[in-house]
Order: sequence, then C-alpha cells, then structure tokens
Amino acid sequence: MCLAIPGKVEQITADGHVRMGRVNFGGVVKNVCLDYVPEIVVGDYTIVHVGFALTKIDEQSALETLDLFRKMGALDEELATEEEAFARAANAPQSACPDGSCDLTGKNLRASTPDKSGSAQ
Amino acid sequence: MKYLNEFRNGEIAQRMAREIWQVATRPWKIMEVCGGQTHSIIRNGIDQMLPPGIEMIHGPGCPVCVTPLALIDKALAIAAQPSVIFCSFGDMLRVPGTDADLFQIKGRGGDVRVVYSPLDAVELAVKHPDKQVVFFGVGFETTAPANAMSVHLAKRRGLENFSLLVSHVLVPPAIEAIMSSPENQVQAFLAAGHVCSVMGFWEYPPLADQFQIPIVVTGFEPLDLLDGIRRAVIQLEKGEHHVENAYERIVTYAGNLEAQRLLAEVFEITDRSWRGIGVIPRSGWRLNDNYRDFDAEERFQIRGIHTEESPLCKSGDVLRGAIKPAECPAFAKQCTPRHPLGATMVSSEGACAAYFNYGRFLSADELASAGVAHAR
Repeated sequence: MCLAIPGKVEQITADGHVRMGRVNFGGVVKNVCLDYVPEIVVGDYTIVHVGFALTKIDEQSALETLDLFRKMGALDEELATEEEAFARAANAPQSACPDGSCDLTGKNLRASTPDKSGSAQ
Repeated sequence: MKYLNEFRNGEIAQRMAREIWQVATRPWKIMEVCGGQTHSIIRNGIDQMLPPGIEMIHGPGCPVCVTPLALIDKALAIAAQPSVIFCSFGDMLRVPGTDADLFQIKGRGGDVRVVYSPLDAVELAVKHPDKQVVFFGVGFETTAPANAMSVHLAKRRGLENFSLLVSHVLVPPAIEAIMSSPENQVQAFLAAGHVCSVMGFWEYPPLADQFQIPIVVTGFEPLDLLDGIRRAVIQLEKGEHHVENAYERIVTYAGNLEAQRLLAEVFEITDRSWRGIGVIPRSGWRLNDNYRDFDAEERFQIRGIHTEESPLCKSGDVLRGAIKPAECPAFAKQCTPRHPLGATMVSSEGACAAYFNYGRFLSADELASAGVAHAR
C-alpha cells in the first residue's frame, strides 16, 4: 500500500485545477498529479504513489527499481485497471491477498531474485 | 544496463550480509515499521541471511491491518446505500468486515468502484451530481497527500456530493507507543522509506534521543533492507543512537514541503484506534474544521455497528512485536488468509499473511531446534 513506483514524465498538462502529467511506468501510462513536484519537467523520472508524484529520482535508480518491482509483481498490483482489480477479486477468496498476487509474485521472485540466483539478466 | 546488473548482483547482498555477521557480537532486535518492508523481508528471505541473534520484529505498518473493523463495517454500510458510489483502492475489495466485504456489496447491487487515484473519485463526483461519491481514504503518511488533494479540490470546485471516509495513521506516534510499552523488546527501527519521502525525517531525532534507539530510514528492495539493517547493527554495537538515511536517492531530511503544506491545511491530529493495538493518542489525522463537511462519517452518521474480534487472535501481540506469527496458537490452524481471525492475516502486507504465504510455519525456536542453518 505504501509502495511508490518510478516512472518517466512524458507530457505535462494543466487541467485548470491541478498540474497533471502522463507518466510511463515501463509501458503502462497513467495520468498523475504533479502538484507536489513543481520542479519536475518532461523527461524527468519521479516516484508515484496512488496517482501522485512524490519526488524526483535519477534515471538509473528509476530503471533499476522499475525492473525489480516488475519481477516482484508489484507493478501489476499498483497499476491494475478497475476491470483487472475486479476480475482478480472475483477469483480470489475473501482474504489477506484479494488479488492472489502474493503466491504468484512469491514464485516469480524466488526464481529471479538476484541475491538467490547470484546473477541478473 | 551494466550498472543495473552490478547493482542487483547477489554478491553485493552477500557482502552486506557478511558485514552484518562480522559486526554483530550480540543479539539485537530491530523493528521494520512498514508492511511493504515486512513483505519484502519475508519474500526475499532477508531475515534468514542475518546472524541468528539479529531478529527482525515486524511492526504495525500495514494500513489495512490496523484499520479498525468498525470502520470497515462503516464503509460497507455506506457502500450499500443506493445513492452512493463508493470508491476504494483494489486492495480493500476482499477485506472482510463483520458480515461481508466490498466485493460482495457490489455483488448485491452496491456501486463499488476501484480507482487508481483519489482524483478519479473526484471526477466521478463531477460526472454524477445526483450521487454521493465517497472515497475510502486509508493509509499512512505516504497516501495522505493524495487524499488531502482530493478533498481540497472537491472544496475548491464546490462539489457537495464528494466525501472522504478517512482513517489516516502516523508512524512516529506508533514508534513512541511501542517504545513506551513495558513489554517492549525493540532496540532499533527501520523507518519506512516512502513515508519519509513525504514527511522527511525531522520528526525522528527526538524519538532517537528520548528512547536511545538508532532509527535508519530504509527502502524496500533487498539491498536497501540489508543496508538499513547493517547500519542499525553498527550503531547498536557502538552504543550510538541517531537517525541515519539509508534511502538518500528518495528521501531528504525536510521531505516534500508542498505535500506537508497541504496536509497541514486539510488535516488535524487526532487519537486513532489501531486494530489489534487499541487507541494510540495523537496517532492519526482527520479532516479539520475547514473540511469537516467532506467527512463521510459526519455526512452518513452510521450507527449501531458492533464488532467483535476473535478471542483466539493474538494479532495485538504480533503488531507490538511480542510474538512472531507462527507462535500464535491459531496461526495456520483456525486462522489462514482464507479464514482470517485478525488484522495481521487480513492484508497481504500483514505479518501473519506474509508468514503464511511464504511458508514460515515454524517459530524461531522450532527452526533452531530443527537445525535449520542460516544462509550466509
């Protein structure tokens, strides 16, 4: 719930109320509020939590973190569309992990965790 | 991507773990406050890379876990009303209240929506002036700026059909409550990195002084966590107690001032009840007088909610770090993610759920007596 995901600001718009931007999270693009990061310009990387950019981050750190979060399945959880969220809930028991991603990401991560395998791609 | 490969290389993790083994001469108990960190520690086996005496205690840092059952029930009661569009993040859908969850309320005809951002809920209020749009604003300091902006915008745009069901909780008062408990065993804290991206870490030096504890601002990735633990152990061994930032690529001392400014404009400090722990004084935010009209609890006046926690559940002890999940008699027996008895089994970030999902069915003592070797 408190995970913030890095993404690249591709476009900045003002909707008359707030400063918004199109932010690309490794292929998934979302509308993000940029009001809390006035220093951000197009091309910058920022970390985003529930549709709000919280701070600027350098490109290298952003790409590394994005890569790891993808392997952990965290992107699917954080960036799911409403349809995806409900589809997961429909197939999940009433439980700790409504979208069922824990078991999946656990397996995925175990197979690809750098400190276990000792290598990266 | 050469740098990426090197940074992710297991050798660095092994080297950091080795340094912890070299530095640690005594047992130490370190608490990570954030549920995301708990999840990462268990999923990546970070705790099993540590020397046997270095114990990670999992704190009350999962916002879903600490949300009182009564508030979940209130959310369900509001969501079931025909005039309401009830908006939430996806992770609340299958969190059980006393009789149902939000997904089931939707199945019974309630208009429950999952939004990516609280601003999406504001847009729904603009599009549906004939409906009451309610956003379920749960979370720590990381999520609060988003919720603050939603209600600030709703007010500026004169949206009388938008409200926030808010249960914000704060990390520093939780640290204070844990350290003040007579049963406390925690000797150092890993402060939650993304909470600090918003709030900075200026609130922590007085806590480090008062309780003489190292506090290390720490991220979520395996190397971040090992680095945070390494720095905490070095301080403990030297008898030092100050605040360190092991997450410099994200966190500054002052934090995000723009966000803090809006938080101060919208919220005020209040006592909050933490599920499994009880009321912690001045441990949360609620909407202040200027925004009280947007408080869903005021608007809907839901009464007559009586909730009862299972007498078997020891989640309070787990949240305070007094026991490990597997040491609860109900763990993986009466209490599983499919049939959770308490808060810490409910959310995927909860310590009990993390232990269950990653097969940690034995207590530390049982593991030791079974001769399970710690990875080096």
